[in-house]
Amino acid sequence: MATSTGSPGYVLPKTVIQPTSGWQSLELKELWQYRELLFFIGWRDVAVRYKQTLLGVGWAILQPFLTMVVFSLFFGKLAAIPSDGIPYPIFAYAALVPWTFFANAITQSANSLVASANLLKKVYFPRFVLPISCMFPGVVDFVLAFLVLLGMMLYYGIAPTFNVIWLPSLLLLAMVTALGVGFWLSAMNVQFRDVRYTIPFLVQLWMFATPIAYPSSMLPEHLRVLYGMNPMVGVVEGFRWALLGTNTAPGPMIIVSACASLVLLVGGAYYFKRAERTFADVV
Amino acid sequence: MSEVAIHVENLSKEFKIGSVINTDRHLRDVLVEAISSPYRKLRRLSRGDAGGAAGLDQSFWALRDVSFRINHGEVVGLIGKNGAGKSTLLKILSRITAPSKGRVTLHGRVGSLLEVGIGFNHELTGRENVYLSGAVNGMTKREIDRKFDEILDFSEIGRFIDTPVKHYSSGMFLRLAFSVAAHLEPEILLVDEVLAVGDVAFQKKCLGKMGDVAKRGRTVILVSHNMAAVAELCTEAIWLHGGRVLKKGPSDDVITEYLHSSANTTGVWQRPRTLERNKNVSILSARVLQQAGNKARVIGFESDISVEIEYEVMKPADGCYVGIALKNGEGYTVLESRERDTIPWERLNKSRGQYRATCQIPGGLLRQGQYYITLGALQSIGGWIERIEDALSFEISEVNNPGTDWRKGVINPRLNWAVALEDELTTNPSMLAN
Repeated sequence: MATSTGSPGYVLPKTVIQPTSGWQSLELKELWQYRELLFFIGWRDVAVRYKQTLLGVGWAILQPFLTMVVFSLFFGKLAAIPSDGIPYPIFAYAALVPWTFFANAITQSANSLVASANLLKKVYFPRFVLPISCMFPGVVDFVLAFLVLLGMMLYYGIAPTFNVIWLPSLLLLAMVTALGVGFWLSAMNVQFRDVRYTIPFLVQLWMFATPIAYPSSMLPEHLRVLYGMNPMVGVVEGFRWALLGTNTAPGPMIIVSACASLVLLVGGAYYFKRAERTFADVV
Repeated sequence: MSEVAIHVENLSKEFKIGSVINTDRHLRDVLVEAISSPYRKLRRLSRGDAGGAAGLDQSFWALRDVSFRINHGEVVGLIGKNGAGKSTLLKILSRITAPSKGRVTLHGRVGSLLEVGIGFNHELTGRENVYLSGAVNGMTKREIDRKFDEILDFSEIGRFIDTPVKHYSSGMFLRLAFSVAAHLEPEILLVDEVLAVGDVAFQKKCLGKMGDVAKRGRTVILVSHNMAAVAELCTEAIWLHGGRVLKKGPSDDVITEYLHSSANTTGVWQRPRTLERNKNVSILSARVLQQAGNKARVIGFESDISVEIEYEVMKPADGCYVGIALKNGEGYTVLESRERDTIPWERLNKSRGQYRATCQIPGGLLRQGQYYITLGALQSIGGWIERIEDALSFEISEVNNPGTDWRKGVINPRLNWAVALEDELTTNPSMLAN
């Protein structure tokens, strides 16, 4: 016990706590130190997601699949919307797979802080962990829905083009966009629960603003690049291009989408960090 | 390197609280407000004044100019009544909320334990929850791997570790949650009133474990209303009152002064405006009354005592009731009682409204001395909704019963006795029936 009251022999980390105001540093280094927690919470969300449901992970496939069926009936058959020379069902489904990921990811990350109010009030960790961890279950769902997509391609006899190597980057683009939106919405949701009611609405509007039920080739050429300002346009058209070989090479469109998405992410991250200091008091 | 583990300088914390709602408003005002307020809120929001936008106009200071130093290896008790700022101070030290003024310097990794079972998910198994809540509380996976068997042993959960915790009894759940918490080993450990729950034997075990932690040179700050625990575990104590440090020093001295101060608690409790309300049930006020219905602080040994609790049910709820826990001056719980003890079950299903519950403590039961009453609101599903530690206090005087103090024991009732000669009993056995 000789050293019991003395200082430990190694250098202790020093933390200074002071009032903060205005724009903060993002403290990404600290977020990195908490990567294990991020993993654990993400894993929890995956593990809990389909507990006590009848269909379990079947939901991951049913959501986009049934939407595809409905779209094929109404937009493909009745409205006869063109589909870039590809059978309409797979044309729609190839877009619905990344879209469903995106829609679920923003819905969950927007609610992540409010849903974990108790954690926010009782324990410290970088708050970014919560909206980010919502990406994990989305990715698992995505993989499952994607397997069905591969099955459909087999059925329709469509061979993927060499461009499939771009798919991971396109998924990343969807994820960055979802994170950006998630940062904005989750931080706002803490102060204004109005956000919660806005989300289903937003998701629906955004879906029709994205070429899922229709091809972006319906737009005049010069507007298409501008259309890429909606980052999900680049994602969806990119998926079709890489998998189904649609001939609207979306290069410039994707670049515009990537830039828009980055702006959304960085802006969202700084807004989140700025709002963060009052989370525990307001939530 | 410095000896100081925690250095707090002029720390203050301001909270925005909702402004009082003007009840005397006309529909027209409400409509005007409804139309104009989103616009006003948006204007405020655009100025970055989020608190103001949410209708939080008034403010109060939960901490004012708090300064102190704590050295490495010290175990410090933080005492004071509800609303004194203890929890706020812990929240600032653990970086959950930011201070408004002042500065804190911490040397070492900080771990906090503000609620037991934080990070637990009811769908997951005990084993999964150990990892999850360990990670939430700042342990690495390797650390948890290493301590897992020890945690399992400590919790006495045994083979149920692979059962989802939603099937656990509340006692099992608490034991597992405590076990994870007891194995946290940061250099600085901040512990809020977490020992108020769980069974007594297990509490003792946890206190012992924390004592070990302290002996290994860790620094601990412990918030507790249990003065016996503070006296046992802590070398130093800090007494907060109204957001200021009233006294800091050796724990025995501070506790003695705290218990004797009139600033401590009284026989009447009114909900402070600053105390956060939940959405279901709130205790509004409570008082201790003597036989005749007089408010009293000093009560004769033989008088019946009643405790009156007024509370409001905001959401209709089934099986909703209040209760008390009575502690003596040493901090040991003498008894606990709830409306449910004698009120029929169907009357515990409450509609919205204000209620007044009265509980009788018979005279001649309690020993002479100081007593503290903790108020609680409970729901049959979900347990404690609100718990106000040591809200009321009163004193039992010995004036009316000279010469009874030779007795030992936590309570002091006079029990019924009967006595008779053995010979008489054989002829008339009804003699003992009293």
